[in-house]
Amino acid sequence: MRLPRPSLDRMSFTLVMWTLGFAAVALLLLPTLVVVIVSFTSGFSLRFPPTGYSLRWYAALLDAWQLHFAATNSFKIALWTTALSVLLGVAAALAVARSETLMARILDSFFMSPLVLPALAFGIAALMYFTVIGLPVSPLTLVIGHTVVCVPFVVRTTVAALAQMNASLLESSASLGASTFYSFRRVTLPLIRPGILAGAFIAFMSSFDNVPVSLFLRDARTDMLPIRMWQDLEGRLDVTIAAVSGVLIALTVLALVVMERVAGLSRRIR
Amino acid sequence: MAASTNIATTYGLRLAAPLAIFYAAFFLAPLLILFYVSLHVDPEMTRFGFTQYAKFLFDPFSLAVLGHTMWIGVEVTLLCLVLGLPLAWLYVRAPSWAQSTLMLVILLPLLTSVVVRTFSWIVILGRQGIVNTTLASLGLIDAPLKLLYTEAGMVVALAQVQMPLMVLPLITALSKLDPSLLDASSALGAGEWRTFRKVILPLTLPGIVAGCLLTYAAAITAFITQTLVGGGQMLFMPMYIYQQATTLSNWPFAAAISIIFLGAVLVALSLFSLLGRLSKGYAHA
Repeated sequence: MRLPRPSLDRMSFTLVMWTLGFAAVALLLLPTLVVVIVSFTSGFSLRFPPTGYSLRWYAALLDAWQLHFAATNSFKIALWTTALSVLLGVAAALAVARSETLMARILDSFFMSPLVLPALAFGIAALMYFTVIGLPVSPLTLVIGHTVVCVPFVVRTTVAALAQMNASLLESSASLGASTFYSFRRVTLPLIRPGILAGAFIAFMSSFDNVPVSLFLRDARTDMLPIRMWQDLEGRLDVTIAAVSGVLIALTVLALVVMERVAGLSRRIR
Repeated sequence: MAASTNIATTYGLRLAAPLAIFYAAFFLAPLLILFYVSLHVDPEMTRFGFTQYAKFLFDPFSLAVLGHTMWIGVEVTLLCLVLGLPLAWLYVRAPSWAQSTLMLVILLPLLTSVVVRTFSWIVILGRQGIVNTTLASLGLIDAPLKLLYTEAGMVVALAQVQMPLMVLPLITALSKLDPSLLDASSALGAGEWRTFRKVILPLTLPGIVAGCLLTYAAAITAFITQTLVGGGQMLFMPMYIYQQATTLSNWPFAAAISIIFLGAVLVALSLFSLLGRLSKGYAHA
């Protein structure tokens, strides 16, 4: 029987890992909590902790027509962007997933590239391009620009779902006489639906939250919520923005919990 | 056998055509136009020349902006790694109920609007923010510290905003780790630190590189967080491009620095993927 290892080693390791891990959790969680608490302040400043609590800033939101307008715009654009991203992205994912050809690999990297390239550079490029081809800035150009940066999310989650699929299911379906389209509808689609849903959700959220592309492709008619908020914050520190943030956080948590139930979101985006 | 698998499960590259055409028309073509615009000498775009590039590359101010931007990315990535790796390590060891809670905590910042996340840092770091009021009530400071619009404040804020991008690939890499390797390492007499350094780190290196790549790319292009928490005194590439384009309407110069920034990001990312490929060889050796 060997003696146990000196426990100093184990203790110091556990201590360091837990301390840093906890610091990370605090860092991830605290800002959100702080905003939610501040949004219930009864005062006019962003003092933390607030001296009193009220719902006045949430009540003030009801009359903030500029924010309503921007939020409605962002919602509509995000919806169209998601629809277009799913159509283009799922088809592309079916083509490149499980294929080992060089062409498929190249297309896959090409489709993923907007994820890592500076979106602001693309935003400015898109504005120049639309000016050159004579397409004025409009909701349409916004949807096109957003789709370019949102499609990769759909491609990624759908490719991952396809990769996990058991190929023998499709083989049995084919050997039982089902056509490719029938197999797709009855076998593939139900199996990859959670992957598509997860990708669509992330595409929607990232379009709703997009700044660098909207910055160049919007005009007064298409004021977008994150840009409205950014400009408000640059001007003055308004507590109304805290209330908007509170609403957005609540909606995000709700959507996150629902998507986790429906599509197993966390397993889809790693 | 392999051939029959392919026939049953692949749909042919034709299905990629719609997206490929869409990207050619609305992603590749705009980037080409960007390059074309950058090749003009004057803002009215009447003459061709490389002067915009020369203007940037021989201007110490512009080079400093680029260098500072790339360096901020390094700082944020390191901070994310130092905090993210222990978090991922705790996650894979946690019981499943704790895992789902932790996952919510990790995913929430990823999906919360970036303006909201940045706004929370204004509240935390401001003169009447949580840090200053805590320090003052403890009697540690007399006057509020200036935390907002400092580089340290911005790096911490950026680290929080980008942390999920680091943690998610790390969790994937750590959960793929064969537990028997860790048992073998400790049975052979290695302590926790030694096992961590000699077994866990090398085997999760591909995940670490993937996480660093995503974090780095996101941190250097994080326009909103850079402008709101960094403030006007520090200039970074995204704001530099935005200023030149919208405030000064100097489109050729804005286009040239966009191209230079794109190039710098590509070089940084290829370094990361080179590291990734090397680390895969290392992990499998």
